[in-house]
Amino acid sequence: MNTLAAYATSTGEAFQFWILGTVAVIGALCTVFMKRAVHSALCLAGTMIILAVFYLANGAYFLGIVQIVVYTGAIMMLFLFVVMLVGVTAADSLKETIKGQRWLAALCGLGFAVLLFAGIGNASLSEFNGLAQANSAGNVEGLAALIFTKYVFAFEITGALLITATVGAMVLTHRERTERAKTQRELSEQRVREGKHLPPLPAPGVYARHNAVDIAGLLPDGTPSELTVSRTLRERGQIRDVSGDALNDLKALEQRSEERLGRGGAVTSREKSSGGSAEQKEAAK
Amino acid sequence: MENLIALLVAAPLLGAAVLLCGGRRLDRTGHWIGTLLAVASFAVGVLLFTDMLGKDAEHRALHQALFSWIPVEGFQADVAFQLDQLSMTFVLLITGVGSLIHIYSIGYMEHDERRRRFFGYLNLFLAAMLLLVIADNYLLLYVGWEGVGLASYLLIGFWQHKPSAATAAKKAFLVNRVGDMGLSIAIMLMFTTFGTFAFGPVLESVGDTGEGKLTAIGLMLLLAACGKSAQVPLQSWLGDAMEGPTPVSALIHAATMVTAGVYLITRSGAIFNAAPDAQLAVVIVGAVTLIFGAIVGCAKDDIKKALAGSTMSQIGYMILAAGLGPIGYAFAIMHLVTHGFFKAGLFLGAGSVMHGMNDEVDMRKYGGLRKYMPVTFVTFGLGYLAIIGFPGLSGFWSKDKIIEAAFAYDDGIRGWIFGGVALLGAGITAFYMTRVMIMTFFGEKRWQPDESGNEPHPHESPKSMTIPMIVLAFGSVFAGGLFSLNESFVKWLEPVTQFEHPHPVISVPAITASTVVVLLLGAGLAYLMYGRKPVPVTAPRGSLLTRAARRDLLQDDFNHVVLVRGGEHLTRSLVYVDHTVVDGVVNGTAAGFGGLSGRLRKLQNGFARSYAVSMFGGTAILIAATLLMRAV
Amino acid sequence: MSPVNYLYLAALLFAIGATGVLIRRNAIVVFMCIELMLNACNLTLVAFSRMHGNLDGQIIAFFTMVVAAAEVVVGLAIIVSLFRSRHSASVDDASLMKL
Repeated sequence: MNTLAAYATSTGEAFQFWILGTVAVIGALCTVFMKRAVHSALCLAGTMIILAVFYLANGAYFLGIVQIVVYTGAIMMLFLFVVMLVGVTAADSLKETIKGQRWLAALCGLGFAVLLFAGIGNASLSEFNGLAQANSAGNVEGLAALIFTKYVFAFEITGALLITATVGAMVLTHRERTERAKTQRELSEQRVREGKHLPPLPAPGVYARHNAVDIAGLLPDGTPSELTVSRTLRERGQIRDVSGDALNDLKALEQRSEERLGRGGAVTSREKSSGGSAEQKEAAK
Repeated sequence: MENLIALLVAAPLLGAAVLLCGGRRLDRTGHWIGTLLAVASFAVGVLLFTDMLGKDAEHRALHQALFSWIPVEGFQADVAFQLDQLSMTFVLLITGVGSLIHIYSIGYMEHDERRRRFFGYLNLFLAAMLLLVIADNYLLLYVGWEGVGLASYLLIGFWQHKPSAATAAKKAFLVNRVGDMGLSIAIMLMFTTFGTFAFGPVLESVGDTGEGKLTAIGLMLLLAACGKSAQVPLQSWLGDAMEGPTPVSALIHAATMVTAGVYLITRSGAIFNAAPDAQLAVVIVGAVTLIFGAIVGCAKDDIKKALAGSTMSQIGYMILAAGLGPIGYAFAIMHLVTHGFFKAGLFLGAGSVMHGMNDEVDMRKYGGLRKYMPVTFVTFGLGYLAIIGFPGLSGFWSKDKIIEAAFAYDDGIRGWIFGGVALLGAGITAFYMTRVMIMTFFGEKRWQPDESGNEPHPHESPKSMTIPMIVLAFGSVFAGGLFSLNESFVKWLEPVTQFEHPHPVISVPAITASTVVVLLLGAGLAYLMYGRKPVPVTAPRGSLLTRAARRDLLQDDFNHVVLVRGGEHLTRSLVYVDHTVVDGVVNGTAAGFGGLSGRLRKLQNGFARSYAVSMFGGTAILIAATLLMRAV
Repeated sequence: MSPVNYLYLAALLFAIGATGVLIRRNAIVVFMCIELMLNACNLTLVAFSRMHGNLDGQIIAFFTMVVAAAEVVVGLAIIVSLFRSRHSASVDDASLMKL
C-alpha cells in the first residue's frame, strides 16, 4: 500500500482513476439532475464512496475510512431520514421559476470550471514528494501526532463546535407546546365551524387477506375513496386499488373448481393446486 | 487702590442684578437702591481720582487683573482693568452724570409702575459703559460694548406698549449691530496681526506693522464708532431713540453710549496716528455728521429730536477732533466732558418741560414758558449758552479749540475745508439752539387742550428733578473754563493721548473772533425768524431742504431704498437660485437615484438562489481578475 | 498519470455542485450539492497533501469533515423546522425578504 501512495502514480492507479473518476462525475451529475431527492442522495453516496477510494489511493488511509463511515454511513443516512420526514411529495418539478436563473447558473458553473482548470493548468505543480516518509510511522499515528500537537487548539474548538451544533439542532427542531392541547370536544366544534368532514374520516378498506391500511375503502358504487388512506401514503402514490380483486379472485376460484372437477379428487393434484393457489397469492401481491 | 477698580463696575452690576431679580418686593425701595449704587460707584471713582491726583503724571495708570477669562495656548483673554487718565475722565463723567440722571429719574418716573425695572436697566447701562472704558483689552471692551447695546435696547424700548418705541429699540439695536460687526472684525484683525487684544501690547507694536493692515483695522474701528456714536452713515437710530423716557435720552446722549465711539477712537489713537488714510476717513465722517446733525436739528419741531440732532452734530465735532490726531484727542475728550454736562442739562430741562406740559413734545405748542418754570428756564438757558459756545462758558472753551485744531489739519486746502465746516457748524448750532430756546421759553403761550380736553398746566418740576439740573448747569458754565485754566485738562490727558499744539492756517485770535461772529449771526438769524414774529402752531410747508431735514435728511428713505429694497431683491434672487439651481441639483440627484433604485430593485427579487448566482458570478469574476493580473 | 488529474476532477465536481446549488429548489438537494462541493475541496486537500509530502492537508480535510458534519446537523434541523412552518422544503418559498 505504501508504495502505491508514495510516489508517481502507477498504471493501475491511472486505470482506477479514469474508471472511477468517470463514475464519480456521473454520480455528481445525477445528484444534481435526479428528480427525486432519494435518488439524488443515493447518487451522492456513490460519489462519496468513490472519493473514499481516491483518498485511499492518495495515501490518506484514515480519511478514506472516515469518509466511508462518517460521510456515507452517517451523514448520508441523516439525509435519508430527513428526506423521509420532509420529502414525501412525489418529485420536484424541475421547471424553472426564476427568469434566466438556469442559464445564468449554467454560465457561472461552466465559467467557474474553466477558470479553475485554467488556474490549475497555470500553477507550477512540478513538485511531487509522495507520502512515503510522512506515513512511515503509519498514517493514523502521523495524523494523531499532528492533531494533538500542532492542531490541538483547532481540535478542541472543533469539539466545542460539535457540541454547539448538537444543541443547536435540538433547539431548532424541538417544539415547545405553548398552548393547551385541544380537547376532542373543541376539535369537533372546530370541524362543525369549518363545515368540512363533519363525521370522522372513513376507515381504510379492509380486505380479508391484508393488513390493509394502504387499501382504499370502497364507496357504495364500488369506486375507491382516497380519503380512507393516510395522507403520507396518498402522496407517495402507494395506494393499492383492490376494486378489481374480487372479480379476479372469483375468476380464479371458478378456474380452480373447474380444474378440481375435471381432474377428480387425487391427493397429489390437491397438493399441486394448493401450491398453485399460493403462487397466485404471491402474484396478487 | 487697584483693587477698588472692580468695584466701579461691580456696584451698578449688583444693582442691576438685585433690581431685575428682586421682583415686586423691591418696587418701593428699588429706585433708592439703584441710585445709591450709582452714587457709590461715583464715590469710588472720586476716591480713585483723588488718589490718582496724588501721584506724578507718568505713574497714574492703575491696573487690576481679575481673572483669566479664556486661557488657551496662543489666545489669552483676561478680565483685567486699566484705569489711566483717559478712563478716569470717562469714569467720572459716566458715574457723575449717571448718578444725577438716576436722582432725576426718581422724580421723573414716579408714576411709572415699572420704575424698579427702569432703575435696573439704568444700572446695567452704567455697568456696561464702565466696563467698556476700564477694560484693559479689546475683547473685554467688546463685552461692555455689547452690554451698552443691550441696555440701550431695553431702555429705548422701555415703553414697549408703544409700537413706535418697540420699533425704535429694534432699529437702534440693528443699526448698532452693523457697527458691532466692524468692532468684531477689527478685533479679529488685531489678533491675526498682533496676536493679542490687550491695549498695551497692541498699541506698542503698531510701529512694526504695515500701514495697509492698520488702515483696515482703523476703518473697522471707525465703523464701530459710527454705529455707537450715531455718525453718518449709521446715524439713523439716534432720532428714533427719543422714544425712550427722557432720562434715558440724557444718559445716552451725555454720559454713555454715544461717547463710546469717541473713546474707542481716542483709545486706539496710536493705530490711527500710523494710518493717515483711516484718520482722514474719521475726519470726513466727523465733518459730514457735524453738518448733517445740525441741519436736522434746525428743522425738527419735536424738542427732543432737535436736541438729538444737536447731539449728533456735537459728537461729529468730537469725532472730527479725534481724527485730527494728537492735536485733537485732548479737545475731543474735553468737548465730550463739557458736552456731557450741558447736553445732560438740556435733556433734563426738556424732560422737565415735558413733565409740566403733559408729555407734549412739539415746540410749536410751547411758548412763553419762562414765567411758569423759572428754574428750568435758567438751567436750560445756561446749557443753551454753553452749547452754542458763548464766550466764557464751557462749550466755548472746548469747541473753539476743536475749530482751531480743524484749521490746523494741514497747511493746505484741507485745513481750510475742515476748519470752515467746523465754523459753519458752530453757526448752525447757534441758529437751531436759539430756535429751540425761543420757541420753548419766549413768545406767546401756544398750548391748547388735547383731545380729551385736558389743558396743560405748566409748573415747575419737583426738587429731585431740578437739583440735578442745577448741578449740571454749574458744570455747563464752569467746567470748560476750569479745564482750560493753565491747560490743566490737556496736561492731565497728555500721558495717555499725547498732545501737540495746533498750528492753524490763520491766527488763533482770528478764529476765536470769527467763531463769535458766526454764532452771533446764527443766533440773530434765529431771532429774526422766530423771535420777531409769532410762531405758527402748525408747521409751514417750508423749503425743500426743510422738508428733507424734517425727514432726517431722507436717511431712512435712503436706507429703505438702498438696503431694504436691495436686500429684498438679493433675497429674492437667492431664493430663485435656491429653488432652481440648488433644489434642481438636489431633486435631480434624488430623482436620478430614485430611478436607478427602481431599476436595481428588480434585482432584489427575494429568492436566495438569485443572490447566490450573484455571489457566485462575483467570485468567478474576482478569480478571473486575479488570474489575469498574475498572467500580466 | 499525474496526480494533478485529481485536482481537475475536484474542480469539475466543485463546479457541478455549485451549479446544482443554483438550479435546484429542494432545500435537501441543495444541501447535498453543498456536501458535494465540500468533498471536492477535501479531494483537493488530500491530493495536495500527497504532492507536498506532509500530512497537514489531511488534517485540514479531517477538520472540514467535522465541520461539515456539524453543518449538516444544523442545516437539516433548519430544513425540518422550515418544513414544519411552511409545509414546503423549497428554498423559493422562503422569500420573505422580498418587498
